[in-house]
Amino acid sequence: MNSAVPVLAVEALEKRFAVRRGFFRRGIAEVHAVNGVSFTVAQGETLCIVGESGCGKSTLGKLVLRLIEPSGGRILVEGQDVTRLDAAAMRPWRRRVQMVFQDPYASLNPRLSAEKIVVEPVGNFRHLGRAERRERAAQLLARVGLRSDALDRFPFEFSGGQRQRLAIARALSLQPALIVADEPVSALDVSVQAQVLNLLLDLQEEYGLAYLFISHDLGVVEHVAHRIAVMYLGRIVELATRDALFAAPTHPYSEALLAAAPIPDPRIPRLAASVQGEVPSPIDPPAGCAFHPRCPLAVARCRSEIPALAPLPDGSLVACHVRAPTSASAGCCPARPRSSAAEAAL
Amino acid sequence: MRRASSPMSAAPRNPSNVPAILLQGEPGSLDGRALRSRRGLRRFVRRHPTICLGAGIIAVMIGLALAAPLFAGDALSMDPSRRLQAPSAALWFGTDNLGRDVFARTVFGARVSLLVGFSVAIGAVLGGLIIGLVAGYSRRFDGAVMRVMDGLMAMPSILLAIALVSLTHGGVGVVIVAIVVPEVPRAVRLVRSVVLGAREQPYVEAAVAGGARTGTILVRHILPSTIAPLVVQATYVCANAILTEAGLSFLGAGIPPEIPSWGNMISSSRLFLGIAPWTVFAPGICLTVVVLAVNLLGDGMRDLLDPRLARKF
Repeated sequence: MNSAVPVLAVEALEKRFAVRRGFFRRGIAEVHAVNGVSFTVAQGETLCIVGESGCGKSTLGKLVLRLIEPSGGRILVEGQDVTRLDAAAMRPWRRRVQMVFQDPYASLNPRLSAEKIVVEPVGNFRHLGRAERRERAAQLLARVGLRSDALDRFPFEFSGGQRQRLAIARALSLQPALIVADEPVSALDVSVQAQVLNLLLDLQEEYGLAYLFISHDLGVVEHVAHRIAVMYLGRIVELATRDALFAAPTHPYSEALLAAAPIPDPRIPRLAASVQGEVPSPIDPPAGCAFHPRCPLAVARCRSEIPALAPLPDGSLVACHVRAPTSASAGCCPARPRSSAAEAAL
Repeated sequence: MRRASSPMSAAPRNPSNVPAILLQGEPGSLDGRALRSRRGLRRFVRRHPTICLGAGIIAVMIGLALAAPLFAGDALSMDPSRRLQAPSAALWFGTDNLGRDVFARTVFGARVSLLVGFSVAIGAVLGGLIIGLVAGYSRRFDGAVMRVMDGLMAMPSILLAIALVSLTHGGVGVVIVAIVVPEVPRAVRLVRSVVLGAREQPYVEAAVAGGARTGTILVRHILPSTIAPLVVQATYVCANAILTEAGLSFLGAGIPPEIPSWGNMISSSRLFLGIAPWTVFAPGICLTVVVLAVNLLGDGMRDLLDPRLARKF
């Protein structure tokens, strides 16, 4: 991976939503949707964010683009802090980070033709003549595998996969360094999913794009990720390379997540589910480690102290008192050893 | 997981049961470009019969109202000896209780009624659109603007008109303002509710992410979704304004009763409905036809703005 300035760096990012009730809309509680999240994405790299629904991964994606204003922390795009920029100062940075949304039926304006949709972002930054606009749009459509006779069609005339290709073409139009892809294939048929994922991978190779890829589908994640961040209730609990995580997850939650993913081979026995119960309410998260009520390894310290992300020998970061004890604790079990192959991959 | 990708550019799914050949419309078929040639005009009429019918009726009505002095005769002179006469070859729509020619009054009445109806509809819709867009899109002004609108809505138009007329010299302009002011908040509420919904659409978020300025987002992505409900609202406001004007002139707060409008013709003749129905029916049918025409035009406009429907014709 490139050692230059990361395309995206997020530091201690936080988002709290107030829960309001009653006549005077008093804030009665807060949801800590994203809580002290830090990571970087290098040029040409894919960082996947995985987690159950409600863990804050989509909020995180929107925070990165400042579609939602963060409550705390910093966002750095190519080294520049964009967290506090006003709308006008933010615009140049919008060219660097683009987004592909989950639902290709809702993310395209039904009243605009494909041509207008894909070049709209370009038109926001400089004037395009009619002929130039058409030419740009045709190039973009060709790049995502759509025929140029689609230019005058409207979104409702496309299939789901074709619409997502349009959304990708629109994201590409500004030649961004990073694309935030929020579950870009989860609304698509399985047969189309692979085509769209392959398109994303081809584009990454061609343009050196970085992806912040948000997904709950571990099959998809294994296919596209370089590194993976596992989120639970607004926090990153494990950040590791794909190979390290899939070979030997360290955090008990990552372990459970991987064990829960279906394996398309009936001969392989399912691992016994190690996690019971529901995700706790983010309005009233458990004290200490948010995972402790469901964790098979929980010890007394987990109930009182929030674990910090601690580095393991192989370079992964894990927030767990048991598996990755920090110096303050008298660790009860040693961190699991990792293969040297995983170490080399990092 | 990585598979050879199949060609994705196959023909799109047919969204309805329309034969596929009908979907291959020419580009740009849904805008005014089609109107440039005579052939294009014919095609426009064939594709949008409701717009043409509605606009045609309205155009004829306006034309007749403007040309009234040339053919309609005397709308003001009274002749008690021939009052409440039934329609005949000489008096097409008969006479009213003061012996005035109902045909002449209906034609002249169109001037006031159409002016009030269309001005109020346009004024209320434009005011509602601008204020509603601001209130719906900016969280900062929303609360304040909507409380002011609630205050205006609480004001009965009759009371406002009486106050305005006694402060000024009266006239059609004052009547229009008096009816527009309480109608604007209704349009504002409508626009605001649509904007609040549209603002949360992912395609609006996508536009923000694409670097669009607020004005672009409002005009290109949010405004179009307000058109359809506003057109419906405008047709209702138009008809309602014609009737409100009648109520005002009945109370003496609007146009003087001797100057005919469809509204004051209906309200002053309603006592004679049993013995001389033509006095009410003549302006009543005209009013109905105008409202119908405005509705047809509105429906057609809505379809014209919907790309889904535009392709099917």
